[in-house]
Amino acid sequence: MSFLELNKVTKIYPNGTKAVHETSMNVENGEFMVFVGPSGCGKSTLLRMIAGLEDITEGYINLDGILINKVDPSERDVAMVFQNYALYPHMNVYNNLAYGLKNRGISKEDIEKKVNEAAKLLQISEYLQRKPSMLSGGQRQRVAMGRAIVRNPKIFLFDEPLSNLDAKLRIQMRLEIKKLQQKVGVTSIFVTHDQVEAMTLADRLAVINNGLIEQLGTPIEIYNNPKSMFVAGFIGSPQMNFLEGELKNKTLTSEGFEINNVTSDFNGPVILGIRPEHMSQTDKGLINLSVDLVEQLGSDNLIYGEIKNKKDFCFRCPGSQIIKKGSKLSLNINDNNYYVFDKSNGNRVN
Amino acid sequence: MKIKLSQILAHIVLILGVLLMVIPIWLSFASSTHDTVTILKEGMKFGLGDQLTRNYNEVLNEKGGWSEEVTAAKMFINSFIMALGIATLKVIISAMSAYALVYFRFKFAVPIFWLIFITLLVPLEVRIFPSYKIVSDLGLTNSYTGLVLPLVASATATFFFRQFYKTIPDELLESAKLDGANSWRFFIDFLVPLSKTMIAAMFIFMFVYGYSQYLWPLIMTTSEEYWTVVMGMKIIFTESYEGVALPRTAERFAYIILSMIPPVLVVVFLQKWFIKGLIQTEK
Repeated sequence: MSFLELNKVTKIYPNGTKAVHETSMNVENGEFMVFVGPSGCGKSTLLRMIAGLEDITEGYINLDGILINKVDPSERDVAMVFQNYALYPHMNVYNNLAYGLKNRGISKEDIEKKVNEAAKLLQISEYLQRKPSMLSGGQRQRVAMGRAIVRNPKIFLFDEPLSNLDAKLRIQMRLEIKKLQQKVGVTSIFVTHDQVEAMTLADRLAVINNGLIEQLGTPIEIYNNPKSMFVAGFIGSPQMNFLEGELKNKTLTSEGFEINNVTSDFNGPVILGIRPEHMSQTDKGLINLSVDLVEQLGSDNLIYGEIKNKKDFCFRCPGSQIIKKGSKLSLNINDNNYYVFDKSNGNRVN
Repeated sequence: MKIKLSQILAHIVLILGVLLMVIPIWLSFASSTHDTVTILKEGMKFGLGDQLTRNYNEVLNEKGGWSEEVTAAKMFINSFIMALGIATLKVIISAMSAYALVYFRFKFAVPIFWLIFITLLVPLEVRIFPSYKIVSDLGLTNSYTGLVLPLVASATATFFFRQFYKTIPDELLESAKLDGANSWRFFIDFLVPLSKTMIAAMFIFMFVYGYSQYLWPLIMTTSEEYWTVVMGMKIIFTESYEGVALPRTAERFAYIILSMIPPVLVVVFLQKWFIKGLIQTEK
């Protein structure tokens, strides 16, 4: 039996909106699971159902062997970090951390010990007497995490906790969350719409779209082997290039080039997906790109251009390579790293 | 530092405003330190006289009323009890009803809110006979309960608390829930401390409201034991001097000055919180 089990969990709001469709998944003890998807896809709803902040319309959730559908959030022993931190503005940091413990009837000495330990772990010991309004964004974030850690819950739930931070701090906190989770070893679920965050944090990743889990797996599995066009487009930065084409007898025709021996029996209109980093320059390549724009990132260059009818086709090459606007490039796909999707439903066919 | 013309003008206007407020009070105070004969002969005084202790002592301790039993000191106590009771209960009830309206999404919460709100259109003066009937049927005339109870429901305060609670983010409630707080704890540990400046402001308003009630205590009380200060202002020091004796003007000025003290004290003590609530939002 897994630590957290979701069995055909469904959420229908009173106004009839179906936010989550029969979702089933298992999360193992100590695992870091990330829900990623565009806004409004139901990932937060799913998280809030686990927390108990939303009722479950249908299905079951088991946590640590206990059915928690009807268990009050305060008794589920879960801790949540909110997007806007939801720190208690009228309490100082110490009391913010201690509040949940006080409600559990823990003795004063134990509370003090636990709070001090958590504060030390998160390096917020010197702010314990301050009010949240006197803290910076990063410090508030730490306090919010401290509030979760100090209770030593069965599961941590993170609801887009990094989206209010600036870019630099976000990367730093991302690293710290990961380190902390490894150190504390508590099962965690992290909701985000940022695919980089998802890739870097997750042990396993659930890509959610329209209330459905499109794909569940380790980040690298999902990157290498996306099951659908949605997943392929969502994971990976810059985004995968999509070209319209036709597959017939294992031969794919698209935008002025052909690929033979496609490993698929599918016949009909398809979408060909190629990641910008899966191509390289050769003398006589498949794809002829006329360069419109070059983005120099330092380590890499992102080249945007046109191939036949497709605009803004992206190609990624090392930053040392100097490519000028207006030049023509000839590209080959490395090691048959391309993806073919059924045009009608977006499912992978190769 | 150069002072701008506009600043000087602004200060002149402000000073004039202050004088407008203060001069009548000063006149009353100064007059209350003379003896009655001087005031009757020469009109109200700007300068201080020498009768301060005598006048105030007489006001506080002389027994008045028809039965010559009630003193001004007793009336002050009555007024204070009434105002304190009204303000405290009003704040508690309003805060709790606003809490129910905002956080418990029961059926008809919105119509109920508007029903409460509509009572603003029905002040005590309009419903004074039905209210009196109820209170007298309950046998509460001539009691503190009767003085306080019919006045404790407040649409205004409920409305203000409701608007304030609505600005508190939902995450705070959710976070508190996960931290094991039940609805009662959330109210006590979160809403009350977060709205303490609001509570102070409401308390001031409601205290002054309760203190300045005139019609209700007038109708409610037949026993002089429950007379309040504002009622007394009309009645005291007039009764036994018609005809022969002089009206006791000096004492009445002293009484007016004394009657102002309790609400002023409440404002002075609570204004620190009150102003804090206006200038600094804790969020």
